[in-house]
Amino acid sequence: MLKLEKVNAFYGRIQALRGISLHVAEGEIVAVIGSNGAGKSTLLNTISGMIPARGGQIVFAGRPIAGLPPEKIVRLGISQVPERRQIFSTMSVMDNLILGAYHRYGRDGRQAVERDLDFVFEIFPRLQERIGQTAGTLSGGEQQMLALGRGWMAKPRLLLMDEPSLGLAPLMAREIFRVSGRLRERGTTILVVEQNAHAALALADRAYVMEEGQVVLEGKSSDLASDQRVQKAYLGKATTPPSSPSP
Amino acid sequence: MKRIRSHGNAIGVVLFAAVIAALGAVDVFRPFGLRFSDLTGRIVTMDTMIRIGILTIVVVGLNLLMGYAGQISLGQAGFYALGAYASGILTTLAARHGILPGIADTWWWAWLAMIAGMILTGGFAYLVGRPILRLKGNYLAMATLGLGFIINIVSGEFPGLTGGNDGLTEIPRLRIGGFALWPMQRYYFLVWGMAILVIVVAVNIVNSRVGRALRAIHTNETAAGTSGVDTERVKVQALVISAVLASLAGSLYAHFQSAVSPNPFGFTVSVQLVTMAAVGGLSSIWGAPFGVATLFVISDLLQSRMENVLHIQGGGYEMILYGILLVLIMIFLPAGVTTSGVEWVRRLRRRWARSSGVETV
Repeated sequence: MLKLEKVNAFYGRIQALRGISLHVAEGEIVAVIGSNGAGKSTLLNTISGMIPARGGQIVFAGRPIAGLPPEKIVRLGISQVPERRQIFSTMSVMDNLILGAYHRYGRDGRQAVERDLDFVFEIFPRLQERIGQTAGTLSGGEQQMLALGRGWMAKPRLLLMDEPSLGLAPLMAREIFRVSGRLRERGTTILVVEQNAHAALALADRAYVMEEGQVVLEGKSSDLASDQRVQKAYLGKATTPPSSPSP
Repeated sequence: MKRIRSHGNAIGVVLFAAVIAALGAVDVFRPFGLRFSDLTGRIVTMDTMIRIGILTIVVVGLNLLMGYAGQISLGQAGFYALGAYASGILTTLAARHGILPGIADTWWWAWLAMIAGMILTGGFAYLVGRPILRLKGNYLAMATLGLGFIINIVSGEFPGLTGGNDGLTEIPRLRIGGFALWPMQRYYFLVWGMAILVIVVAVNIVNSRVGRALRAIHTNETAAGTSGVDTERVKVQALVISAVLASLAGSLYAHFQSAVSPNPFGFTVSVQLVTMAAVGGLSSIWGAPFGVATLFVISDLLQSRMENVLHIQGGGYEMILYGILLVLIMIFLPAGVTTSGVEWVRRLRRRWARSSGVETV
């Protein structure tokens, strides 16, 4: 469904992606794990069109999408739940959700949008309780729910999730991951980027490990979770304690 | 299905229209020999009320552009001038040179000219909007400022067309068939009818899909883009709507004054318009008429009373006051006088309710 081949991208003058190749098949949940600054967010922003890809190819559903503006890419069926949530903080919960369905109004009609709203309220009853509240006054977890709900309101074929557990209490993070599983049951393919490797590997079918803008490892989640290097670097199961504390 | 579309406050519209109509009716029927201006202690006259109505239309456009789309325009007087000149040129030149006989002297020619002005101004805004709206903040302010200056200067050139610095005179009054929309008492109803219509349409835009997109851009342009909002296009749409409204107001002004010249469309006017929008509340369509009226009353009072108090002549001090007013409002009432006023009333009522032991929701 999505295929990246040798994609480069720059963040200012710094090369953030160095020849990334990966693929996501329909119906899969794929995780990209890696430490801070490995280029995970840049990867998602490049796919969604916020950062231009320089060199390489991005193909979605048989169509090259590199170079298209973000709003076109949303229309093709890729929706991003941005890092740090990026909700419309001065607008109501309801307005935020409806904005997610912005491009679907003419195409699908109001009734389809209403049905999807009902689904969002079913998986996140908290949002329904806060329907008229200004989004900026929600708690961090509720804001993440809203961002996820808004992303899903675009009815994407592929949902990109950027650090969904960032800054959330463990219980809330678990809730977000549980819902991601439910979205997949509804036929949404998910590409999730996470620092929390534990949770990401538990959720995903397959995973990629990124370091310094490159994919260094890939495979089934279960295989990666038992991989020595991954355990040591990302899952905190070091066999010997690290000799020097990292800065 | 009612969850998505919120309804504009129909009662408010009817109430506002009724007050406006009642005020106008005073001058028509003269109860007890009273005139309109007597009601306001001679401060606000019928003439002033019409000007307030005309500028309300421009300020509603600015509200959409600045308060909702978050894009500043310091050149709105330019679009206002384009409408005025379109009406002025089309209704005087054709008749004077005997072009289009049998058409240019009909009653509907002026209305056609008004619509042509709106289309031209909207088209112009669309053309300049694409490049200009890529700019942000101060740069956008500078660009729109320059645009206003250019229109103002050009309108003083080409005397054959625009009448140069003297402008155009003898612009005919508006008519509908044989019914003249003049004297002033009749024009009052036309202007305020249009102003209220514009307010209602604007309130509906704000509560529509486009309005939601505008607010989204204002709050977080990047997130709006990832939600599928074509930010460029929506911003240009807001500019075009505001330009079309300014043009409509310009045409109404031309037929009201029966004359146009570069003078009333200068930079000062653009600043006044922004101040009016800010006083009324940038994100409050209903604030527009009150913002306009507030500044009119203040500047009229200044002009009539200030001379006696300070012994200064001339209008220069007005600009100083506008500046001070704008700064004070931005510091103390960032949501505008009307919005903040409503908020205060609400807070007072809540406090009163609490102290008297009544539970409010």
